[in-house]
Amino acid sequence: MAKNTYTGSDISKYEVGKTSVTAKVFIWIFMIIWAIINLYPLFWMFTFSLKDNMQIWTTNQFGLPNPAHWDNYKKALNAGPIIRYFLNSVFVTVITIIVTLIAALMATYALTRIHWRMSKAVEKMFMLGITIPIQASIIPVFIVLRQIEMLDSYQALIIPYSAFALAMAILICTGFMTEIPISLDEAAYIDGCGRAGVFFKVILPLMKPAMATASIYTFLQCWNELIFAQTFNNKDEYMTLPAGIMQMVGTHTTDWGPVGAALAIATFPMLIVYVLLSRRIQDSFIAGAIKG
Amino acid sequence: MRIMTKRKFDGITIFLFLLPALILFIGILVAPLVTSGYYSFFEWKGFGDSTFIGIDNYKVLFKTFTHKNAEVPFLWAARNALILALCSLLIQLPISLGLALLLGKGFKGERFFLSVNFLPVLISTVVIGQLWKKIYYPDGGLLNTILRKVGYLKADQPDITWLAEKGADGKSYLLGSVIVPMLWQYVGYHMLLMYAGVKSVPPELREAAKIDGATDWQVDRFIVIPSMKQIIKVSVIFSVTGSLKSYDLVAILGTNKTRVAAVPSTLLMDQMTAWGRYGMGSAIAVLLIIMCFFFAILIGELFKDREKV
Repeated sequence: MAKNTYTGSDISKYEVGKTSVTAKVFIWIFMIIWAIINLYPLFWMFTFSLKDNMQIWTTNQFGLPNPAHWDNYKKALNAGPIIRYFLNSVFVTVITIIVTLIAALMATYALTRIHWRMSKAVEKMFMLGITIPIQASIIPVFIVLRQIEMLDSYQALIIPYSAFALAMAILICTGFMTEIPISLDEAAYIDGCGRAGVFFKVILPLMKPAMATASIYTFLQCWNELIFAQTFNNKDEYMTLPAGIMQMVGTHTTDWGPVGAALAIATFPMLIVYVLLSRRIQDSFIAGAIKG
Repeated sequence: MRIMTKRKFDGITIFLFLLPALILFIGILVAPLVTSGYYSFFEWKGFGDSTFIGIDNYKVLFKTFTHKNAEVPFLWAARNALILALCSLLIQLPISLGLALLLGKGFKGERFFLSVNFLPVLISTVVIGQLWKKIYYPDGGLLNTILRKVGYLKADQPDITWLAEKGADGKSYLLGSVIVPMLWQYVGYHMLLMYAGVKSVPPELREAAKIDGATDWQVDRFIVIPSMKQIIKVSVIFSVTGSLKSYDLVAILGTNKTRVAAVPSTLLMDQMTAWGRYGMGSAIAVLLIIMCFFFAILIGELFKDREKV
């Protein structure tokens, strides 16, 4: 074919891309509109958190707040223990991630580094957890928690969250762990390490990227979780953000500014972390998608 | 290899390493599944005596299709969940795929758009629900105001009650109003999954095809998308099972009691918390799990067949 006779300079011309200018303009417009659709709700939340009811509903729905009611934030903080909810959420999420990682790393080690007959079957069994929805177990878990008087506690959320995050974490860890060469294990065995020694000295240090990835997927799963959070905890002391906000909004529906402020307080710390770490978060998420 | 295959006490080692995961898995997933199955044959208020009623709970759930006269409109809720899944497949995933293909090509501002599009995934669904509630609100809500400004709603027409179980015109927009933010929130999630797939296509392959005269679209269609099959399968499974288990936005924009926009999970929560019917709730949970497994296996099989062809 004539096309095979292209010279080097022709190739570079094609690499530059031959999308037409109109197509490019169209694509840019689409991308920008989509970005605005994603950003506008946040911007709007921030502006209405500084407005009074009059501005929100009639005089100034789209513009910047004028005058800005910074006291909405004070009202929101006085209306309910948002900070407490936020810290509860952080605590529950962090402990869930730790528990999930420990259980998943250990299980993955037993499943992928040691040869035994049932290992594939057990791995398949764990994978069922990806499909089972968390709320399907709510009634039995609720009854057990009530019986052992563990409702209204951090464990009431941490244990189920860890159990349901486990399948995904094992899947991700398996993807990463099978890439570590077996010869490393063997060298360690020759040096006199046992199974546990290999796990702690060889495998764990190499699993840091896997831990980052599994943490992000676990985080996404439990930070937003509403059903368990709402059903198992009725005390402010242990309530996480989603359940806490639902409760606050339910009781303060006449004055919208402070509601907006509460939503903003709940959102912005996350947003700042995301802006700072977005690249690493995305890279870890992507690694999970490829290895999982 | 000899060293790897057998060591003393391997049985005990394996058991100990699996123990934490097994305790969590069996205690929170397997045991509740089995007990849910058991409860579903009883009429039980969650405490005190329970009465064995056979499959009566299931009979109630399958009695009628509509939401109007049903005691528990389960079939209607299943239909809603499937509509949601269908919208997700036909609207959400194509948008995600389009964004992923564009950004994966080395679009200017790739990282910025990636970050912005992923943002809604990280915002609490409760916050998103509250925001959209205000967008949909009558009397000065964002959407109605915009509709008035562009002239779709005339001055003498009333606001559209997007979130009403039954609006003034007798129609209900609730289900649609719930579906839109649901699709919107997770476009970024699937975009990032698929972006990973696009990025894992070797650049040489892409260039080679271009040298052979393929257009951008042809490269995407015949090289990039086929090599992303695994990831697309994962996305499809996540979006369908995610639709089946959806709860948050339905409960926030509607309530647990909604009938028009009911999904299996809102019925489950309503039966459990408002009615104290733990047996009926368990029956819904069992059916929900069966649906999730059915579709996960079905999708797996569909993708398998394609591989052979």
